[in-house]
Amino acid sequence: MAATAIDGREQDGAAATPQRVKRHALPTRIWHWINALTVLVMLMSGLMIFNAHPRLYWGHYGANADPAWLEIRSTANQGFLRIGSWQVETTGFLGHRVESDGRLNRRAFPGWMTIPSGYSLAAGRRWHFAFAWVLAIGLVLFVLTSLANRHARQLAPRLNELRPRHIWHEIAQHALLRFPTGLAALEYNALQKLSYFGVIFVLLPLLILSGLAMSPSMNAAWPWLVDMFAGRQSARSIHFICAWLMVAFVIVHLVMVVLAGPVNEVRSMITGWFRIPPERPREEQVDDPGLVPRANPEGGRP
Amino acid sequence: MISRRTVIAGGAGLMLAGCDRLNRSETFRNALRSAEGLTMRAQRLIVDRTAPAREYDEADMSPVFRVNGNARGHGPRYDQLVATGFSDWRLRVDGLVQRPLSLSLDQVRRLPRRSQITRHDCVEGWSAIGKWTGAPLSVLLDLAGLRGEARYLVFHCMDRFGPRPYYESIDLIDAYHPQTILAWGMNDGPLPVGHGAPLRLRVERQLGYKHAKFLERIEARATLAGLHGGRGGYWEDSNDYEWYAGI
Repeated sequence: MAATAIDGREQDGAAATPQRVKRHALPTRIWHWINALTVLVMLMSGLMIFNAHPRLYWGHYGANADPAWLEIRSTANQGFLRIGSWQVETTGFLGHRVESDGRLNRRAFPGWMTIPSGYSLAAGRRWHFAFAWVLAIGLVLFVLTSLANRHARQLAPRLNELRPRHIWHEIAQHALLRFPTGLAALEYNALQKLSYFGVIFVLLPLLILSGLAMSPSMNAAWPWLVDMFAGRQSARSIHFICAWLMVAFVIVHLVMVVLAGPVNEVRSMITGWFRIPPERPREEQVDDPGLVPRANPEGGRP
Repeated sequence: MISRRTVIAGGAGLMLAGCDRLNRSETFRNALRSAEGLTMRAQRLIVDRTAPAREYDEADMSPVFRVNGNARGHGPRYDQLVATGFSDWRLRVDGLVQRPLSLSLDQVRRLPRRSQITRHDCVEGWSAIGKWTGAPLSVLLDLAGLRGEARYLVFHCMDRFGPRPYYESIDLIDAYHPQTILAWGMNDGPLPVGHGAPLRLRVERQLGYKHAKFLERIEARATLAGLHGGRGGYWEDSNDYEWYAGI
């Protein structure tokens, strides 16, 4: 059971559906908002650093004469994004655009996506490495707290939830916007578990480790780290890919918040209190545990 | 009515403007800079002083090693040095030393040598692997007899971006590291002009801008204060780069 306090009293799942529950523990809420800001700063300052050399390679070395698997480049009049042999013109966005003050900017990512907005590798690095401490320390503290208060167990997918049939069923339910209601809405479903568990225990650690693997001093201290990624340039590529997986997660997360009822969801992450979407008993139950098929714009949690 | 799009765009704009304003604030920059100090101390804590940078095999070397920074020393004096095979060039070692040195290229080449195939990491993000041959800096420092109050070594160069010559500095931890060499050879040939002929620094556990090229003078100092902008290097003074480039 996810909730520890239901309307201020301890209750079990067999009791009548309460109206409100204490949904998110204080450490979760604090970390969520610090992390939201930190991830945004890391992304934007990271794009500034990428702008210094907008090409990605595999292996230990890689520079202009070596084949890049991804590059953002510009000609006199156009900008391009190339991935492998696939290329798309990105004039006006990537590699070639006229800024609001009328100047032509041929950097890879536009100023509104980077910190700072004007090109400065030194400033981008300074922001990135300062907030990297916040990201890493916050993650470690959150993971330790989650293990201590058993939040991690709520996020870990159960084996039977990983059956393809179950996952497919949940994908179909999500696609129909049928989110769980009642007490079922307090359990994380398999897709949520995979997303949150994946971000907290796989994606964020990968981002931090691949970032450290690019440091020449860390390479001397811990040679296994860069070996784990099969070379510094591979680590840089994986760092970039993970950053965009993080963006993809945040986009899906925000869409689900809006679909599931943004006021209830955002309030639960600020005050901790979550209003349980009411049951509609006349509708049929499905055989999969934890899933109740009904359309309810207020239901579920992202 | 204000649309959601306007709110998002406005919010993003405000945040960007906020970041840029913060970035211009000296107080905030100093706060970020103290995090960099934390990074350096943390790395120095976990990296053993003598922990070596990875050395690679010949098969791992970059087919083309990118020439970066200045591709040539400054002015007709440097052209003259190239034309005469650097026969009139001298490396001066001075400052806080007991025996100031002035060495010809042949004298530097006759010192004990070390060859290493290492990866060069530019602050911009690219890497190249090459083979470097040269004299360990520690050998020169022992010859000159570093004085007790010396804390930094400043490398004065013959190239320049603006009005003043390039310069960089390292502390004694990196100066005495076994892989810190003054390279006169690259990829089994003499050091090419584009890579800093006749002599360049290799300080393998830091980024490329620390690897000063076109050397002509090594100065031992107690402090970096009073050296141009006081932050220890050309890029540090001119573009606010970090003095410690281990990350």
